Amino acid sequence: MSVSIRIPTPLRPHVAGARQVAVEAVDVRAALAALTAQHAGIAPHLFAENGELRAFVNLYLGDDDVRYLKGLDTPLPNGATLSIVPSVAGGLDLDTSHIKFTNEEMRRYSRHLILPDIGVAGQKRLKAARVLLVGTGGLGSPAALYLAAAGVGTIGLIDFDTVDESNLQRQIIHGTSTLGQLKVDSAKARIHDINPFIDVETYNEPLTSEKALDLIREYDIVIDGTDNFQTRYLVNDACVLLGKINVYGSIYRFDGQASVFGAKDGPCYRCLYSEPPPPGLVPSCAEGGVLGVLPGVIGVIQATEAVKIITGAGEPLIGRLLVYDALEMSFRTLKLRKNPDCLICGEHPKITALIDYDEFCGVKPVADTPANVVPEITVTELAARLKAGLGGARLIDVREPNEWDIVRIPGATLMPRATVPDHLDELAQASELFIQCRSGVRSADIVRFLRTVGFSNVKNVKGGVLAWAREVDRSLPTY
Amino acid sequence: MIAISQVEYDKLRAHLEAGYPNEACGLFIGEIDGANKRVVEAVPVANAWAPLEGDGAGHDLRDRFSIDPRDILKADRDASKRGLDIIGFFHSHPDWPATPSETDRMWAWPVVSFMIVPVEQGRAGMARSWVLRDGRDAFDEETLIVEQEEQ
Repeated sequence: MSVSIRIPTPLRPHVAGARQVAVEAVDVRAALAALTAQHAGIAPHLFAENGELRAFVNLYLGDDDVRYLKGLDTPLPNGATLSIVPSVAGGLDLDTSHIKFTNEEMRRYSRHLILPDIGVAGQKRLKAARVLLVGTGGLGSPAALYLAAAGVGTIGLIDFDTVDESNLQRQIIHGTSTLGQLKVDSAKARIHDINPFIDVETYNEPLTSEKALDLIREYDIVIDGTDNFQTRYLVNDACVLLGKINVYGSIYRFDGQASVFGAKDGPCYRCLYSEPPPPGLVPSCAEGGVLGVLPGVIGVIQATEAVKIITGAGEPLIGRLLVYDALEMSFRTLKLRKNPDCLICGEHPKITALIDYDEFCGVKPVADTPANVVPEITVTELAARLKAGLGGARLIDVREPNEWDIVRIPGATLMPRATVPDHLDELAQASELFIQCRSGVRSADIVRFLRTVGFSNVKNVKGGVLAWAREVDRSLPTY
Repeated sequence: MIAISQVEYDKLRAHLEAGYPNEACGLFIGEIDGANKRVVEAVPVANAWAPLEGDGAGHDLRDRFSIDPRDILKADRDASKRGLDIIGFFHSHPDWPATPSETDRMWAWPVVSFMIVPVEQGRAGMARSWVLRDGRDAFDEETLIVEQEEQ
């Protein structure tokens, strides 16, 4: 009997690329024997070592599986087509196969294991999960501690800072003993002290548009603990493009927010804030201050949402913005709608790749055009001028009154930034102006402003009061 | 390398999202030339996984998929009529990254593409495509090109 054997794509390399092989055979067994006689390389793909047809190989005569005919003894009429059809299957190894717990882990996680909504299955999902924390500061610290304790199997940490004394008022993953260390190293050591059964992957670098997709792709969930708008939009956009969940949190003085972005039909950060505020309008924690306990509350909410999403327990904070006011001690939940016109997750997205977020947020380093040049005076030069007597010149401190109370340069006049435009007449009477703030950033803005309104003899005090305390009077405190 | 048009790519992702929270699957009909493949049509098929003895315990459609061989047979006949071949398969990983699992490896085949799309909370993410080594011991990732339609 002349029979045609149809070869599936995966096995064609073993039959010289042929789609069909013609053989002479009376039944299925003889047909396969003739096939393997012509093409020995195909045999191991069809038969197990014991000679049985492999479980994931199916043979069809017409529309019938030969298993339900007479198996290998099924007779073949002349001109028949015998099709080799691969079984294709797969699945997630969420539980049984590769995730196992030692007895120590079972004891460690026992309070989870007896929880109905988590149990062994949920704990295994936690162990298999990969969570990336962007930032190991105020929000990242409590989030990382609780995710580590909860048994999240792989925690990624990205930050590019070192531990500073001013961090320790709220960044509780770091400590006095790790001052000066890289934040990612300090955090990793603390995480492993809490839970040695999990992996920590560290990236001592800023998150950039160039690297964000490759990095975030390797994780299941991102926890946004960033302290600036550029990175927050970058995290949001990367998560939307990759289809990753972005657990958002942010803090400002006594207020906090949290939500879950990036879910299907759920909004993203751009649906909430399509554009960043003008640079300088919203002070950072370093400029505006922050209640140390506040990021603890918000970071723990972020960790809670991550654990819920991983285990499938409860209702995630999708489409809802949680607003926390520590002074009132109130939690409010605002409904968030997905914006159909959102530039990245809307119906007709305009953003299909990551962009330049410094430019988007208006914080590109200012170009050195003549109009933007900020004349400077160093703190040592200033000290000499003060010692000699300022004469008609004036030193103006544009910080806020509460900063003034911490430390000041003798001879300075307090004039908070927002009040400067009200004092132009007064300032115009000075022969020369030195403008000073904490680090020299805000005062540079004021110098530029004054130059645009006609002041020519105005200089920025380079490095601000921090430089003064470092180089002129080391007895002064810094903040 | 596997190339797919935006239209077919969107189609398969919609199918996988519709299947969430279960795994969903389908196959690719197209052209194959050595390691280079071009998808002509992404064919959604039903997830035919059923609890079997041995593999049934602790699993369901949320973490298992299977393509009915009859669907493969039908697609192969259709492809053959059009001068095309089955060049690969796709499936979703609900709330899971697009990397092949050990179970995927056990039931995969060399040569053809295995595209995996993570579907997080019902939303399809970026697909990755894999090819099983001849020795069946591991997958290698292949380049996935989603071609934008020319206007």
